Amino acid sequence: MSTTLLPLDVHAIRQDFPILSQKVHGKPFVFLDSGASAQKPKQVIEAMRFVMEEQYANVHRGLHYMSEKASDAYENVRDKVAELLNAASREEIVFTRNATESINLVAYTWGRTALQPGDAVAVSEMEHHANLVPWQMLRDAHGTELRIVKITDSGELDWNSLEKVFADGKVKLMALTHMSNVLGTYTPVERLAKFAHERGAKILLDGAQAVVHRAVDVQAIDADFYVFSGHKLYGPTGIGVLYAKAEILEAMPPFLGGGDMISSVTYEKSTWAKPPHRFEAGTPAIIETIGLGAAIDYVRAIGFEAIAAHEQHLTEHALATLSQIEGLRILGSAQDRGGVFSFVMKDAHAHDIATLLDRQGIAVRAGHHCAEPLMGRLGVSSTARATFGLYNLPEEIDALATGLERVRKIFA
Amino acid sequence: MSEALYQSIVLERARHPHFAGRPAVFNAEGQSENRMCGDKISVFLNGTHLRHEAQGCAILAASAELMCEAAISKSADEIAILSDKFERLVQTGEQNPELGDLNALAGIAQYPSRVRCATLPWSALRDAITRAGSTGGAVNG
Repeated sequence: MSTTLLPLDVHAIRQDFPILSQKVHGKPFVFLDSGASAQKPKQVIEAMRFVMEEQYANVHRGLHYMSEKASDAYENVRDKVAELLNAASREEIVFTRNATESINLVAYTWGRTALQPGDAVAVSEMEHHANLVPWQMLRDAHGTELRIVKITDSGELDWNSLEKVFADGKVKLMALTHMSNVLGTYTPVERLAKFAHERGAKILLDGAQAVVHRAVDVQAIDADFYVFSGHKLYGPTGIGVLYAKAEILEAMPPFLGGGDMISSVTYEKSTWAKPPHRFEAGTPAIIETIGLGAAIDYVRAIGFEAIAAHEQHLTEHALATLSQIEGLRILGSAQDRGGVFSFVMKDAHAHDIATLLDRQGIAVRAGHHCAEPLMGRLGVSSTARATFGLYNLPEEIDALATGLERVRKIFA
Repeated sequence: MSEALYQSIVLERARHPHFAGRPAVFNAEGQSENRMCGDKISVFLNGTHLRHEAQGCAILAASAELMCEAAISKSADEIAILSDKFERLVQTGEQNPELGDLNALAGIAQYPSRVRCATLPWSALRDAITRAGSTGGAVNG
């Protein structure tokens, strides 16, 4: 048993995640890939089972008992998400498939109406493809410009570059990560939102990584748009969230057309439902949404203060431990960083590292992490990446270090 | 031994390549890339010899080396047969006495996500042969 003092009873938490007790290649399963997708607690699994076995029907349609029950459970999750993000109202929460779809929704609807050809969208060098490609597509389809804000060698936003990008007043949207999925850098979102607003731009934050690790308050940040995915927050796949300020959503045209998003339909003309339903065409991911609700309940019951303290402890432990390994280089050294560690090793390619760690039961990700331009900026073609969740133990970081020492010896 | 794939022959060939580098003169160049991980390789046909330029993991580099060695002085038809046998080796993990040192990569079959690392050089070689054929040149005639 561990004697390490942790801000959380992680051993108890681990009991909630059935998959973590598995063995992989005969070794204890050390899961360090939560940044790609997190494991699911039994509370989430149970909530999804419950809705299918006892409370399932389509939502917003049937005038019958089961549909009302399912609709209530589904809409109740909107309240939970609004509370999670401290949104001013539940109508500001739109359910999507994932963070990627949320950004595409904004680019397709708001981007094509609120932005004019010649206006610019600014992203940073450390964006996931999800927060780059939709803006390229908007540029090509709509004639907007795409500008790139540089990062420093430590992996933080370069404010000189930011000033330059905004200098001519053409930037009308800054779309930025709240936490880099490669470097672990948290961006100073309050300051950035103020910066953008003072220059007449809106701000969209990709919270796919950040929302898992820190309490997010969209009102305190003054975010115009905030997006995240359920599956990284210990919820199921197939459910994501778009938050946008009410007045912005109100002015946005629909994304997809179909059932549930209309107010009235004739052959000549349809009128749109109010937000958020205007943006939720067709039968939604009912079961997954309810799973997300259970995931939000789960993390909020533990509390973000305790989660953040625990993960800070893991991050410091990882920095101290991994920096001892000869020939290993951690990419990024931001002041404000979390439990996302990308690294390269002398003479060992990231895929060989990942394969050899896997044989020791340790799951890490290897590749370009959907951030090819950032790999170019960092001068690498791929990295290995370890990411932490609330269920990880310092001992697992030690296991990673031992595994990496073994890799180093093989390639020495 | 779980790390058997990374046996000495694989690491040795990756680390000390005999066939690496773009030749000054060549008949044809073939390329192959794994978009999933960014690994890429060029293979150059130069008379009866082969050279490669591999950017990627140890498996890719070792496979490129072993391929260049195995394919020397072989005709396009013989290479096609060898390529098929190698494909079977890395898919099934069953050693084939006809494949000699290429058998060192049999262990990749246990790592389905890495099989492509071993077959990438062979795709580039087939590409080079196709190009050589279309421009009149060929491996060993």
